[in-house]
Parts: sequence; structure tokens; C-alpha cells
Amino acid sequence: MSKAGTTLATADPPAPAARPTGRRGVELALIVLAVGLSVYGYCAVGFARNGTVPPGAAGYGAGLGVLALLAHLAVRWRAPLADPLPLPIGVLLNGLGLVLIYRLDLETPGDRAAPAQLIWSTLGVALFIAVILVLRDHRTLQRYAYLCVTAALVLLTVPILFPAVNGARIWIRVAGFSIQPGEFAKVLLAVFFAAYLAANRSALTYAGRRVWGMQLPTGRVLGPILAVWLVSVGVLVLERDLGTSLLFFGLFVVLLYVATGRTGWIAVGLLLASLGAVAVGRLEPHVHHRIETWLHPFASIEAGEGPNQIAQSLFAFAEGGILGSGLGLGHSVLIGFAVKSDFILATAGEELGLAGLSAIFLLYGLLVERGYRAGLALRDPFGRLLAVGLASLVALQVFVIAGGVTGLIPLTGMAMPFLAQGGSSVVTNWAIVALLVRLGDSARRQAAPGALR
Amino acid sequence: MTRHIRHAALFCALLLVALLVNAARVQVLHAEDYEANPANRRAAIVRYQQPRGDILVDGRPVTGSRDTGEHLRYERTYRDGPLYAPVTGFASQEYGTTLLESTEDAVLSGAAPMLAPLPLWNEFTRSRSAGGDVLTTIDPRAQQAAYEGLRGRKGAVAAVEPSTGRILALVSMPSYDPEPLSGNGRTAREAWARLNADPDRPMLNRAVQRTYPPGSTFKVVTAAAALDAGTVKDLDEPTRSPDPYLLPGTTTRLVNGAGDCEDATLRDAFVRSCNTVFAQLGVATGVARMRETAESFGFNDPDRRVPFRVAPSTFDTTVDAAQLALSSIGQYNTRATPLQMATVAAAVASGGQVREPYLVERTTRAGGGTVSAAGSRPVRRAMHPATAMRMRELMRGVVEDGTGGKAAIPGAVVGGKTGTAQHGLGNSGTPYAWFISWAQREDEMEPKVAVAVVVEDAEGSRGEISGGGTAAPVARAVMEAVLRPG
Repeated sequence: MSKAGTTLATADPPAPAARPTGRRGVELALIVLAVGLSVYGYCAVGFARNGTVPPGAAGYGAGLGVLALLAHLAVRWRAPLADPLPLPIGVLLNGLGLVLIYRLDLETPGDRAAPAQLIWSTLGVALFIAVILVLRDHRTLQRYAYLCVTAALVLLTVPILFPAVNGARIWIRVAGFSIQPGEFAKVLLAVFFAAYLAANRSALTYAGRRVWGMQLPTGRVLGPILAVWLVSVGVLVLERDLGTSLLFFGLFVVLLYVATGRTGWIAVGLLLASLGAVAVGRLEPHVHHRIETWLHPFASIEAGEGPNQIAQSLFAFAEGGILGSGLGLGHSVLIGFAVKSDFILATAGEELGLAGLSAIFLLYGLLVERGYRAGLALRDPFGRLLAVGLASLVALQVFVIAGGVTGLIPLTGMAMPFLAQGGSSVVTNWAIVALLVRLGDSARRQAAPGALR
Repeated sequence: MTRHIRHAALFCALLLVALLVNAARVQVLHAEDYEANPANRRAAIVRYQQPRGDILVDGRPVTGSRDTGEHLRYERTYRDGPLYAPVTGFASQEYGTTLLESTEDAVLSGAAPMLAPLPLWNEFTRSRSAGGDVLTTIDPRAQQAAYEGLRGRKGAVAAVEPSTGRILALVSMPSYDPEPLSGNGRTAREAWARLNADPDRPMLNRAVQRTYPPGSTFKVVTAAAALDAGTVKDLDEPTRSPDPYLLPGTTTRLVNGAGDCEDATLRDAFVRSCNTVFAQLGVATGVARMRETAESFGFNDPDRRVPFRVAPSTFDTTVDAAQLALSSIGQYNTRATPLQMATVAAAVASGGQVREPYLVERTTRAGGGTVSAAGSRPVRRAMHPATAMRMRELMRGVVEDGTGGKAAIPGAVVGGKTGTAQHGLGNSGTPYAWFISWAQREDEMEPKVAVAVVVEDAEGSRGEISGGGTAAPVARAVMEAVLRPG
């Protein structure tokens, strides 16, 4: 439960004067800071490369500032009690991502990704505003649980009909833009899981037979959700999108545990995950190769084939050291393809150092923490599960991709939320932030019933 | 449910901690290992991020840098590449560096700490100094003359200034253009493969990296040893040597190319290049004195640098009398680089003093401030000054009355010695034609130049091959170039 909320709810008697105040001023100040930091980074790249402020600096700052301001106004208007942190964090991460992509564009003059990313960011902020304006109460979503799951499964299946890109069938191409429908599907699935588990909590917890001292839910209750999960993971395996299947699996286990409170589910989940991982790792050459690369990142160098992407990524992080080489002054472009997407963090690590990288991790950590805090503060199980699910999505995704590029776990291609090049990802993450803002607003309103309207 | 949400939050916190700890591991703990990995190209990128300093001949750069706009940004260019290749070597992004490009790499690339304005400055600012310049001792006219003289042949020229040891010319033929090797692309790979496959070995610096049997030019060393040791006291006294000379302890008879060597005086024997006389003199002088003199000229020194390494010239001291006899006329295991034989001529020219030859006059910062200058070099006495006087007489005789007539220069005093070195199995190879000499303008106090020329594939039938015919004109051209006023 949010500390401010607790104080307001308990310390003050329910007097008309004790209307809970949202901290919109704090949010605005933080947004100004976030935009300022992004513009500073943008200028730092220009100074490092040409000794001058890049010509687009004013436009960049104005564009990002206007987007952030519109989002802020939407929140001010329709979610005045919302948590003031998620929106500035989104603005800062998105702004920093644009700086990093702009910076990498300088190394690849024939392949400029920043303009498209800016368009997608605009769309993302538009979606954020739309969600804040249209979705007045998060519980509305509960009604559309089955629509969500249907849409999610369709979105997951569609890319099978399109040709593979770089070994993964997770893209559809429309009018020159590539869309990764799996990104959108993860929010829809989080909504479905939260709604279904909220509706069937007691049945999952108490019904059914006992086996080895464990209370199993009835197949009628467990069946549908297990089926949805298996289908989505199965489809992703077919599409070779292992990162996302891992994400869905983690999301499923976390929500099941939170909903039922049964540790046994975690055990079962881990067992299944291990079995699945071993089986896939053995049978699927693509994955096997990834695991080998993880265990021996420099094997390709010893074999005389030159450094692979992981080795190059590790070189980039190592070069950054504690303070980094400075924006625009690193050589992470040596990583080659995917340097702007899956490996964007290596550029951050090289040019901003451990200090900058830790700051980025802590920003994500803060965003996740705000989600969990909303979950704790909310009263309705659906809202709580949705908040936990969305926060966990961010946490798991950051862990999987950041752990992958820093050699902590085998690499699975995924986008670093907000930072990486990728339109679907940016739009989706703005939707997640919008829902977190809405949930935070609801939490404060539930804590002080009748405070508004 | 609240409790379980907290558990899940704790789990997420653990993931975050794992990421932070791992990032610290990669960026701090293992950073040095990763940076030192040979596959990590960052060091190379930084190295080639700025133009390389230049190598200068007579104040003019013979090198340059080209901005390629690639990752390894600046590539080396060369002006008159083949002419100066035996001096500069190459600087390749793919194949490393050689010769001056290699030994002076720290200055040229800007990595040398001495280039920084303050100690530890570069470490502090994380920057690199601009590349410094290297000023050579090469005389462009001498270099050009040697290059033109050897054109179309295989061989080498080394020229030094006797009074200082400054190397004035260093030419090796056939030569190559180092420029195509500069980059890291297909051009560099093709040039590398072609140059390495070439049977003539154009990248071999014959002037300093290859040793040849010095043949009769070594008789300068033998004569100096004999005079210093008192084996011969008067240049015009008969040496009581037989012709042919029976190598001691063997039945092998050593013969001469020219006639009239029996019991010749040292003066006549030197001018006619009598093998028998010098073989006998070497044996009479003894291996100890022969070795002493040879080593004071610079033989048997395994670590000579100018600043790049010079192949050691050898005078074998574990020999019996017959082998000593052959060694004394520059055969058997006696081998010398052209630079070594130029040093021999220079020692005679400078009154018996040997100055270590050197190639780098000065290194400077990009702005021109001196980083280091060639200090005083060690001086050794190779022979008694009186011996040097008599050796000068002998060598002048070769040019004025003997086999070295083609080296004569009007208005100058020139001393020389020809050589024709047998080599190959049973002496089957085309003999090497040698000529070593020095020259002094009549109006000046001391010799200005000493030269050694070796021609590997001297044209003409075997009988006609001689240092005097093919190598002496090359030496003369080089000496003229140095002596010419202005």
C-alpha cells in the first residue's frame, strides 16, 4: 500500500477537507527533468562527434517535451490521483532510447532508425493518452478478458503466415513498417490471466483432489488457462521467439502464485520450466547454439571465426568500465546487426559505464516497484493481479534481455523496454505505463472512497 | 494475497540485484581481460583514429596518412614508396609494422608517453597524443643515386658518413611499394600474398637484413689486422707468399683470379686482390688478432640496431688454419651485411675509428618540439691511426691503378676495394659482385661518405663478373651524389 495513501486514509478523518491530492506537480517537475536529461544526452552526442549542438536538438527537445506534456495533461485531467513516477520514467527511458538510437545512426549512415522510432514513440504516447482518457476504470477490462485472449492468440499466430526475419517468425510487415504482434499480445494475455485468475481464485486454491499433500485444482478450472498458456508458448516455440515464451511462462507462474498463494505452483512451474528448457536446449539447434554461446562466449574467437555478438557485447560493456567512454565515443557498433535493438544496452553500458547502466536498471526497478505498490494498494483482485502482472512483465523482460546481453543467462532476442529500436515494443510499453498510471489512480481512489466524484 | 505480492516483488528485486552484480562483474572485474582480448578491436580503432606521424628525409615527409572514413580510420601512404621502403618498412593495419615504422611506432602512433605535454596527461584525459615525426639521416640524393644504380638488378647499397655514423643511403633491390599493405581490405591481402610469394623477396631488406660472403672486400679487414699485428711492416716489402697457396693441413691449392701474386708486396696484392697473399696473411696473423680486428669493425655482434635490428655479420673463430685462410679472404663462414662493409670502409676513411651507424637523427612532437635526438654514439678503434693511413693508401691504389677504376671521381680522393664472392654448392651460384669505398673532396678535410654495394645477379659471363665492373659504378654514383656541392 502506498505510504502517502496510507497516511491520507488513516491519519485524516474522512472530512471534506481531506480530499486526497495527486502529486501532479511532482510529476511535471520530473517530466521536465526527464526531457531535459534527454536533450542533454542528445547534445552530448553532437558535441562528442562534431563539437557542436546537433541541428535537431531544439526540435527533438520540443517534440519530446510536447509529447510528455500532453501525456501529463491527460493524466492531470483523467487520473489526477495517479502515481507521479511511471510517466516520467517512461519519458526518460524513451528519450534516452532515442538518444542512443540517434547516436548509433551516426555509425550506420545508410540505415537511420531514429526517425521511425520517434514516430512510434508518438504513437505510443498517443496510445497512452487514449488509454488514460477512454479507460476510466480498470475493472472495465475484466469484461473483455475473453476478447483479449482471443486477440492475443490471433496476434501470436498471424506471424506464422509471414516470412521469417533473422531466424524468427515474429514479424508482420505492413506498408514498410515491421510489427511484432507478440509484443501487443503480452499485455492482452496479462489482462486475461489477471481476469481469469481473479474470477477463479478460490476454485484454483481449494477445489479438486489432493495429491501428495498438494491441493490440485479441478481440471475444469485449470484447463482453459493451461491451454491458453500452452498454446501461446507452443506458438512462440514454433516462431522461435524464446524470449517471449519465457516471459509468458514467468508471467503465468508469478500470477498463479500470487492468486492462489500456493508455493507448490512455483515448484511445478520450475519443474516444467526445467524440463522444457532441457528438452528445447537438446532438440532445437538454434537454442542449443545460444546456450553454447552463453557458456563459451569466446569460443568463436578461439576457433578463428572472430568474436560473436555476445563477445562483442561483453567487450563493449568492459570498455565502458565504471564511468563509460562518454555518449557518442564508444564503439558498440562493432556488435553489428541488432546493435540498435536487442543489444542497445551494450551502447548504454559502453558510453555511460556501470554508473549509467545501474541508473537505467534502477529506473526499471522503480517502475516495477511502482506497479507492485499499486497492486498492494488496490482492493480488487483483478486490479491487484493486473498490476502485479504488468510490473512482472517489465521486470522479467528487462531481466531476460539485460541478462542475455551481459552474459548472465543465454541470450533470447527481446527488446529492452523503451530503449530498444522497435515500434511494437515502444507502443506496448506505453500501454503498460498507461495501465500502471490508471491502476495507481484507482488505488488512491479506492483508498479514499468518495474522494472524487 | 498481499503477502504473496510481496514475495513476487522480492523475486523481482532479486532479479534486479542479479543484473547489477553481473554488470559490475563484466564492467569492472573482467574489464581488463576483455579489453586485452586480441579479438577486441577497440585498441586498433583508437590507434588508427588519428593520422600517423611522418618519417622525414631531408625535412620532407616520405610518408603520409589517408582518411578512409572506415572504422580503422587512417591508413598509411608513401611518397616514393619503393625508394624508401628499406628505410620506412610498412605500417599495415592488418600485418603490423616493420623497420622504422616498427621501431618508432610509439612516436609515430602517438602512444609514446614522451609526446604528452605532462607526465600521465594522456592517462588522465583518456586521450592520445598526436603522432610525432621521425627525422632520418638519409640523404635523398644518395638514396636516389643508389636506387637508380641498382635498377633492374638484385642487390643492395649502404652508405654512411664516416665521421658520424649517419646512414646516408639504404637501398635494397628489388624493392616494393609499402602502400598497398597499409589497409586491411582485399588490396592489402592481395599485395601481401603477392609479395610473400615473390621468389625475389622484395620485402627483404638486403642492406641490413641479409648477409653475404664479403669475398675480397674482407681483405681490408685482413690487411688492417696484419698491419696492426705487425705481420707486415712495410706495404712494399715482399710477403714471401707462394702461388698457388696450399691451405695448411690440406691438399687444397688456393689460386688467384689475377696473375703476378707470388711473393707480391701488400700494396700489389691489395690492388690485384691476391687470394694467396691474404690467406697466408690471415693465417700468419692468427685467429686471435683476426678476430679482434673483425669484431672491432662490428662483426660477431648479435644485437646491432640502427634502430631496427641488423643481421649479425660473422667471422668464425672456431676454425682450423685452412678455414682461417679461407675466412681471411671473405669466404668459408665469413658473412657480412652491406651496412657492415660500409662501416669497414668508413673506419678506414675516419682514421681507424668506427662509429655505430644510425638512421634516426631526431624525433619530434607533431608541433616540432624535439622528443629525442641522436646522442653521441659509441666510438671504437678498429685499427691504429697509422694503419688507417696505410689502408687509405691501399684503397686509393685500387681505384687509381687497380680493379676499382670505375669508381674514380674527378676532384675527389676515392679509395675502394672490389670483391667477387663465390657462393652456392661447389661455387655454382652466380658470384656476388662487391664494391666498398669512401670518397673525400680534394678541398675538404675528411671523407664525407663510405659506401658498400653488392650486386647479386651481376650481368655478363662468369669470368667478367667483378665488383669493379658492376658494383663500382653504383658506388661512384652514390659518392658523387654526396660530394656534389649544394
